[in-house]
Amino acid sequence: MALTGLEIFKLLPKSNCKKCGKPTCLAFAMALAQKKAKLEECPEASEEAKSALAEASAPPISLVKFGTGDNEVHIGQETVMFRHEEKFYNPTVIAVSISDKLADDALKERIDAVNSLQFERVGTHLQVGAVAVINDSGSPDTFASAAGTVKKASPLAMILVSESPDALGAATAKVADVRPLLASAASDTAEAVAKIGKENNCPVVAQADSVEGLAELTGKIKAAGVEEIVLSLKARSLKDELYGLSRIRAAALKKTFRPLGYPTVSFVLDGNGEAQAAKGISLICKYSSIVVVESVERHAILPMLTAVMNIFTDPQKPVQVEAKVYRVGEPGSDSPILMTTNFSLTYYTVESDAEASRVPCYILVVDTEGTSVLTAYSGDKLNEKIVAEAMKKNEVDGLVRHHKLIIPGYVAVMSGKLEEETGWEIAVGPRESSMLPKYLQEVA
Amino acid sequence: MAVPEITESYTGSVNRLTLGATSQSGGTRATTVVVGGAANVVYGGSDTQAGERPVIAIDVLDSRPNDWPEYLSEPYKDVLDSPAAWAKKCVDEFGAEIICLKFDGIHPEKGDKGADHAVSVTREVLEAVGVPLILWGCGNDEKDNQIMPKVSEAAKGENCLIGTVTEGNYKSLTAIALADGHNLITEAPLDINIGKQVNILAADMGFPLEKIVTFQDTGALGYGVEYSYSIQERQRLAALSGDKMMAMPVICDVGHEAWRAKEAKSEDAPDWGRADKRGPMWEAATAICLLQAGADILRMRHPKAISTVKDFINELW
Repeated sequence: MALTGLEIFKLLPKSNCKKCGKPTCLAFAMALAQKKAKLEECPEASEEAKSALAEASAPPISLVKFGTGDNEVHIGQETVMFRHEEKFYNPTVIAVSISDKLADDALKERIDAVNSLQFERVGTHLQVGAVAVINDSGSPDTFASAAGTVKKASPLAMILVSESPDALGAATAKVADVRPLLASAASDTAEAVAKIGKENNCPVVAQADSVEGLAELTGKIKAAGVEEIVLSLKARSLKDELYGLSRIRAAALKKTFRPLGYPTVSFVLDGNGEAQAAKGISLICKYSSIVVVESVERHAILPMLTAVMNIFTDPQKPVQVEAKVYRVGEPGSDSPILMTTNFSLTYYTVESDAEASRVPCYILVVDTEGTSVLTAYSGDKLNEKIVAEAMKKNEVDGLVRHHKLIIPGYVAVMSGKLEEETGWEIAVGPRESSMLPKYLQEVA
Repeated sequence: MAVPEITESYTGSVNRLTLGATSQSGGTRATTVVVGGAANVVYGGSDTQAGERPVIAIDVLDSRPNDWPEYLSEPYKDVLDSPAAWAKKCVDEFGAEIICLKFDGIHPEKGDKGADHAVSVTREVLEAVGVPLILWGCGNDEKDNQIMPKVSEAAKGENCLIGTVTEGNYKSLTAIALADGHNLITEAPLDINIGKQVNILAADMGFPLEKIVTFQDTGALGYGVEYSYSIQERQRLAALSGDKMMAMPVICDVGHEAWRAKEAKSEDAPDWGRADKRGPMWEAATAICLLQAGADILRMRHPKAISTVKDFINELW
């Protein structure tokens, strides 16, 4: 947890030498606490002060990276319990398991299936972020060979899952250059697994069946020289795991309890695709940094990826769509053209209702800095000049012959001015988007 | 290693509320359902503070829906014209603990049916099933004010949950719900301050706070679920901090919203997975998401989605 100005002051020389540019050490301490100054500006600071401040300014949940290049994943460094307090930073990574019992064609097929878990929705590309190779065979050689095959056939970041340090060692020897996450070290294998992690510069998963056990275990792994640690709570049930994850997060954030200040990984390998997605989504919302699932069913993976996208959205920044003309169906030069704002919720509601009408049409999206129709209008981000400008920029003149624009019912009041500004006929649409299907069917 | 105790100074909790009245309490319901009661955030502290198990209310429409995607209407195809048979099927086959009777058919644009129709549907459904009912208007103020009071009266003494009332339209339904002994749903459009305001307005009319359920509008997964999610979390925190005007259980309209999503209803999108499984999955996923933020009652539609969510709830509560 960050130190207060007074706590920092106690660590300073208290000589008021002014070399930092501040009149007193107290003033400098206050500036430090507000992050308006850096300790390096004090030439007299003791080593003790430096380490205390570094320790205090370290994030309460540390950052862990694995994988390489474009497929390197970042987890951890979260700062809040609830997204509205600030935001959730590093999106949960969805990983899919690959058993090392698969060989040859079956293994290749499975890898292809995992690689293909990429989706386009609402103009965004979503994909699973990692593969977890699982040592079901029990054999270090088989495990190492499967890991080698996965490395060649998949660009995704890799998690090596085995209880055996021998197997982890053998597989790491084959794939150390892609920086896999080693899962896992338990209390009796901590030294051996940490050694592999340290020698190969790979992060290590600490696995225990209780929160207390995890706190103990991370100390051992850290002492063995591994800084990048991920927590895996091997609970008896999903319920125990979710309560445990909340406890871990709270201890790390509210008590700055360093032994639990790490990102987390959960395994959901049982049940059908729907059950895995349900459990996965609860873990995404409630503090798992990586969720490993077994299902490769597209209908189960897409909602998990969508949940990650939604929950990790910055609540302070409205999500926007690109301001341009969108086509619903295959509109022609006689099709209606509707206007709305670029707040994504507004746009997708309008789009969905326009689609439901089965009337092909154009939607002109005006840039209102991601605000809804009423908010934009009252904030003067939606007025006749802005709409006219958007119409010109998108050359709507060339799209349709009729020169009639349908505007949202909530801004009926701007129709007169807009008519003057553009020379177009302005039709006032319904106030609620849900009435669009009926409206469009009537005007079309 | 000892882990520091996390002690929260929560002074409040979510109200507990009973839906339905058996013959002992002047109704005719065979079962009642208790919702609410959480005294911590979701998964915070211990499970003794989690409150009542969240409950699923299955939607039954007063009139045959004409805009339901095929995969959604399929399981109900034999009962879509009979709300009573529909409700019975939900209880007998899909394990509904509550039926949400949704009066879409009274909307001027969706059938414009009158009070006689709405009242007889209410009576038939009350007769057909023994579970508590939610009675939910069409969203058109004029028609709701004209018809929902009669619906309320037809279910007098059954301790239903009736709604919705909004900041701009709350007086007539609040008054009649109070007179007929029902619980009330207050609605606000994803705005926590308006949400609180509607509760205050209802309370000012003498409506008991502990008989209110809030509806903060629901966004589907991928279509604004995060807004509902954060409002619910803020509402839960307000309840725990002792704010009596925000201590109500929360209801979400999952089924209707989820099935508007393209991912649920598009038949031609193989990249998103099998069309017959996508819709139920999207509905279940939306519900699961909202449960993480403290939803107490989920309005749902597809039996497969309901079964996925029930399994989840049974594991967690």
